[in-house]
Amino acid sequence: MTTATQDPAPPAVPADAPAARRRRGGGLGSYLLVRALLIIPTVFILVTAVFFLMRTTGDPITASLGGRLPADQLAERIREAGYDRPLLVQYLDYLGGLLRGDFGTTSTDRRPVTEVLTTYGAATLELAVYGLLVAFVIGIPLGMVAAKVRDRYPDAILRVFAILCYATPVFFAGLLLKLVFSVWLDWLPVAGRISTRGQIQLNRNGAGTGIFLIDAISTGDGDLVVEVLRYAVLPSIALGLLTAGVFLRLVRTNMIGTLGAGYVEAARSRGVSESRLVRKHAYRPALIPIITVIGLQVALVLSGAVLTETTFEWRGLGFQLGQYLQARDFVAVQGIVALLAVIVALTNFVVDVVAALIDPRVRY
Amino acid sequence: MATAAPTPVRRRTWRSLPVVHQLRQSVGLQRGMLVAGLTITGVFVLTAVFAPLLAPYGYGQLRDADGTFGAQQSPSAEHWLGTTVGGYDVLSRVLYGTRTALFVIVVAILLSIVAGVLLGLVSGYLGGWLDRVLVVVADAVYAFPSLLLAIVAAIVISGGQSSLVGGVLAAAISITVVFIPQYFRVVRAETVRIKSEAFVESARVVGTSTWRIMTRHVLRNATRSLPLIVTLNASEAILTLAGLGFLGFGIQPTAAAEWGFDLNRSISDVTSGIWWTSIFPGSAIVLTVLGLTLVGESLNDLADPRLRARRRAADAPPPADVAVTPGGGLAAGTEGVLP
Repeated sequence: MTTATQDPAPPAVPADAPAARRRRGGGLGSYLLVRALLIIPTVFILVTAVFFLMRTTGDPITASLGGRLPADQLAERIREAGYDRPLLVQYLDYLGGLLRGDFGTTSTDRRPVTEVLTTYGAATLELAVYGLLVAFVIGIPLGMVAAKVRDRYPDAILRVFAILCYATPVFFAGLLLKLVFSVWLDWLPVAGRISTRGQIQLNRNGAGTGIFLIDAISTGDGDLVVEVLRYAVLPSIALGLLTAGVFLRLVRTNMIGTLGAGYVEAARSRGVSESRLVRKHAYRPALIPIITVIGLQVALVLSGAVLTETTFEWRGLGFQLGQYLQARDFVAVQGIVALLAVIVALTNFVVDVVAALIDPRVRY
Repeated sequence: MATAAPTPVRRRTWRSLPVVHQLRQSVGLQRGMLVAGLTITGVFVLTAVFAPLLAPYGYGQLRDADGTFGAQQSPSAEHWLGTTVGGYDVLSRVLYGTRTALFVIVVAILLSIVAGVLLGLVSGYLGGWLDRVLVVVADAVYAFPSLLLAIVAAIVISGGQSSLVGGVLAAAISITVVFIPQYFRVVRAETVRIKSEAFVESARVVGTSTWRIMTRHVLRNATRSLPLIVTLNASEAILTLAGLGFLGFGIQPTAAAEWGFDLNRSISDVTSGIWWTSIFPGSAIVLTVLGLTLVGESLNDLADPRLRARRRAADAPPPADVAVTPGGGLAAGTEGVLP
């Protein structure tokens, strides 16, 4: 979807179009409306596909508790959960539940999936934000440098670095960071989000947001804030490096494009210095495509978060997803996957809106 | 291009093959990256083919004539890269892992090319409601986190159980599901562009059947950018396979060697300072993906005139490099300009 919007619209309005029809605001408004309505089929298709695909393996109760319960108890649980009804009825029931915000009940530990999502979602959000921050801080400046020294040796090194970022599976990067900084150097904690003592301190402070940094700041205890950050360093770097490589390459490619553009050439011929050209002229237009691509990066970051959380025992949605997969609890898996689908669709929408606001050429 | 010449068949030598052509076209650093990528990829393929000869033990072997290997043994003369927590030889498993990876890449890419190209061709050429539905579905799937998609597919295909050969095949098919939209999008876009060209129009006028137009006239022209996607997808396939293995959808150690699964087993080793069980399979993944990505990146840059390094006087390669380029008429011109 994002790529489809990149084609610049034909600049010339057909001659027969009356001048009054060329209102800019109207175009933007209808674009936003169409774009918002497009979320519905996207989410609907994904949720439907996941539901029916998961059910082709049989009912969730048998899948998770199959060999462990006697047949009559199993049948009882199946009837209780309503899995003996026709598939279509179950599907409509599930859709209705989704609309009310009810994602079902997990079959292994019988918790409402919504509860699982709200408990662990905050942890994943926190990690994803840190990861994106790391990616921006590393990727964008290095990309600018690479474009400036294009096709010389520093550029080659930076490009290999970018490819290495992409080529290293996020869990292997995590294991390496762990080995070096936690085990060998003993600088940072090995795994988890917080120590047991810190957790108790947070709990004493009452129900928080689930985002530990905010919770720790609200206790007013400086040591606790530092501790939370120390636990976050390695997972954030592992996740951030994955996306940093993508940003580096994007900024490089786009900067090379804008540095060769006519207006930059004109500025250069006026005697504007090369570093000022990069900073003032070529930099901003090169960032527009990045905004569009962030939408796709959210999907990458979420995939990466699942693996990072498993590596570092960061108790978020991804870690839970891994646990539920091992337990073969497909109701929980389905719920988490459906939620992530909604998140991806919504971020893509927001990104497209931002891109449309920044760049007037982006329209359907 | 070459096909437009009067004798197109004769002009189609090995020099116009996808990768060979780009290799001849490249210069300087770009050529270095392409050659490095091709070398790594070549070593990877050779290792996969000759794994049984190279590996000192079998991938599922726990004992030899002297008794069991023992778990978590550090690297030694008998086990160059040590043994895993399960008591397997790390070197043998790393070497055999190339076979699993290569098999998954080949199956996943073949399946997704067939499905994606066919769907893209039909959707783009016929248009209509089918086209709209397919585009919306492909966009939805494309925007979704690929690993999660592969997980769902893996659950469906294997019922969440990792059986013997089924495990490898299930992984390959799960990855296929992720890739189909990419081929679909590219081929569909090209098809839509090509079907309005004059030569398609004239084929239709002389009464060529729709199927023949699609396969002979449109398909041949719509697949030009596929080699690039294939190389980039090959590296993505390895990463997805490793991710699936890491989350426990791996193939059982007795069925095949899989790097991601071995890395999953090494999480606890890392905490106790045992480095050889994670570093070697992980490095194998990085190297393989690096090689494939270098090839893909170079092809991408060479296909894009904005990014292609030119043989200009300013940043021309050293003369030695020019000399080994046969038929470089342009290079010969700049040679004299060089200081």
